[in-house]
Amino acid sequence: MATSPSLTIDTEALGLDRGAHLLIKRALRELPPGGVLAVASHTPEFAVHLQGWCRAQGHALEFHNGHGHITPGSAQAGRWRHAERAGEADASHADAVAAHAKPTWGLAARGAMVVAGGPDFHFALDSKRAIWADDIGHLYAQALAQQWNPDEAIDWSVAFDLPEDVEDAVAQVMTYLIENENAALLVPARFLGQVHPHFREVTQLLAIQIADEARHVEVFTRRALLKRGRMGVSTVGGQASLKTLFDEHEFAVASFLLSVLGEGTFVSLLRFLQEHAPDPLTRQIAKLTARDEARHVAFGMAHLEYQLERDADLRGRLAIAVESRHDALAQTSGLNEEVFDALVLLAAGGWSPQEIAAGFDKVQVLKQDMANGREIRMNRLGFAHGDAKRLAALHTRNFM
Amino acid sequence: MSNATLVMGAVAYAPKVVTIWDGFKEYFAQHGLAFDYVLYSNYERQVEEMFRGSIDVAWNSPLAWIRAERMGKALGKPVRAVAMRDTDCDLTSVIVTRSDSAIKSLADLKGKRVGVGAVDSPQATLIPLDYLGSQGLQPGSDFSVRRFDVLGGKHGDHIGGERDAARALMAGELDAACMIDGNHLLFVGEGTLPSGKTRILAQTPKFDHCNFTVAHHADAPLIDKFQKLLLGMSYADAAVRPLLDLEGLKAWQDGRTSGYLALEHAVDAAKFYDQRGNITVADYRY
Repeated sequence: MATSPSLTIDTEALGLDRGAHLLIKRALRELPPGGVLAVASHTPEFAVHLQGWCRAQGHALEFHNGHGHITPGSAQAGRWRHAERAGEADASHADAVAAHAKPTWGLAARGAMVVAGGPDFHFALDSKRAIWADDIGHLYAQALAQQWNPDEAIDWSVAFDLPEDVEDAVAQVMTYLIENENAALLVPARFLGQVHPHFREVTQLLAIQIADEARHVEVFTRRALLKRGRMGVSTVGGQASLKTLFDEHEFAVASFLLSVLGEGTFVSLLRFLQEHAPDPLTRQIAKLTARDEARHVAFGMAHLEYQLERDADLRGRLAIAVESRHDALAQTSGLNEEVFDALVLLAAGGWSPQEIAAGFDKVQVLKQDMANGREIRMNRLGFAHGDAKRLAALHTRNFM
Repeated sequence: MSNATLVMGAVAYAPKVVTIWDGFKEYFAQHGLAFDYVLYSNYERQVEEMFRGSIDVAWNSPLAWIRAERMGKALGKPVRAVAMRDTDCDLTSVIVTRSDSAIKSLADLKGKRVGVGAVDSPQATLIPLDYLGSQGLQPGSDFSVRRFDVLGGKHGDHIGGERDAARALMAGELDAACMIDGNHLLFVGEGTLPSGKTRILAQTPKFDHCNFTVAHHADAPLIDKFQKLLLGMSYADAAVRPLLDLEGLKAWQDGRTSGYLALEHAVDAAKFYDQRGNITVADYRY
């Protein structure tokens, strides 16, 4: 028996083969519970198509006086059962970011309504405590605003001519930097794929950091090859040091070793090059890359401060990580001789004994500056004064 | 509770069939029904194996239902239909021509070329050809039939034949093509048939599609449980919804056999099976 329609629409010349279902769905959403929708259209295939469409949608259909009368089925409403919002998009709202992101949220945007029944995605880094940082949105925005294009930000045409052995020293330092930046690119890249995308700002920030490192590898490579066309050496000690970092599987520990200790130390090194490099091009490169590295240190610090507030035991694990790494590297030679000599020569600026002595002293000041920086950062992370000093001194002699 | 396992036959017309029945197997196991399935490459063997006792229930095409019913009657082992999809009921097929064609009515098809699906497709071959016969147009004499035989033995479950016929229509190789009503909308949506470039010339009366056919030998309590669990599947249940989507339904309903009269008539007209369920049609490879 026919029920009087509670709503009538006319799709006029628009058929279901050209989008009339949009009008019908919209009208069905406005239908009161138990209501019937009457649909008219003067497209010739309308009745045939409406039959097929209603059948596929699970709606009942009858025709009366040329109108299709649709009684909605329960299937569409059933789709939403157990659907849930995956947090909220705006991280500044309370509880917007979940303490634990669910596997069922998968790749959904944070704040999306996730329909139940989808596949599970298992991300190893799915807890907020393990990866989050206060003010991370600001860190990401800052990182984005400070991106630079090597072709525009650096004047590659600046004229200079160095003695061959000084140029070789520059190429050696660049070779060393590239090796370390490869680690700084790949370590976060490996963690990035494990971060649940619910923590959007973390994945975005890590992605930018990886892009920063890709750019650093580019500019160091271009500078190394600029005059002499060949790279310097890569040594066993340097690679052994990086291997201990590369093999670290806990995000917090890797972040501590890489960002707080390694990249923090590199900021000092790059600022040293910004001041003492023998040519204006290397000084420009050092200035830009140091600024990026300082941002990486800021995220590492912010994350560890966040996690340490919630997991005091982490401090002990970080200390053990520094000690274990020191023990593992005790038999290696530390900073490779070629890099050390190259730094002295760069700072010396000439071959007279007085110049070399001055260069040597500058590198000693650099090393002290690096150790002081590590100690200050560890103090900020709540390490007792004595521990911070001792652990700062145990950091790899390879700097990274 | 019976320790017996209910064994169902299904035809592997696409890779998704494994996903579907593995999912059902898990659902039934969770609800205390020991269930397994066997896949056949064609419906003819599935029906024959049912009467050999290999399977208790078969997920049958409408054509397979007709054969099973005829064989069951002939052998004194009557079969019954216990469930079907909501989308199996009240289907129609359409005969489509190009919108710029001079063909305005069925009578204009005289002497023309009509494309159909696989030889064993109820919806794209048997029913529309029989319908044209009922309208005074005999296939082969009043108009020529071009068959798009894709995957014989699968009773048109694979819609490749219908789609090929639709393409040939647009390429000008045919004057009309036959397809199930929902596929006209599907083919327009996917671009096989350009929107507004075709016209539906005729629509057949309604007919029903697949059902779960139960063998005479099947254990009645097991079948009851099977039927109850099927009918209890809810589209609101996220665990089964993907299975229902894959199988193309929103809800299972009780089986009915009143919707197969058009196909019965078409089977006889095409001499596809005899009254005992023997295959009598020529050129049927599966």
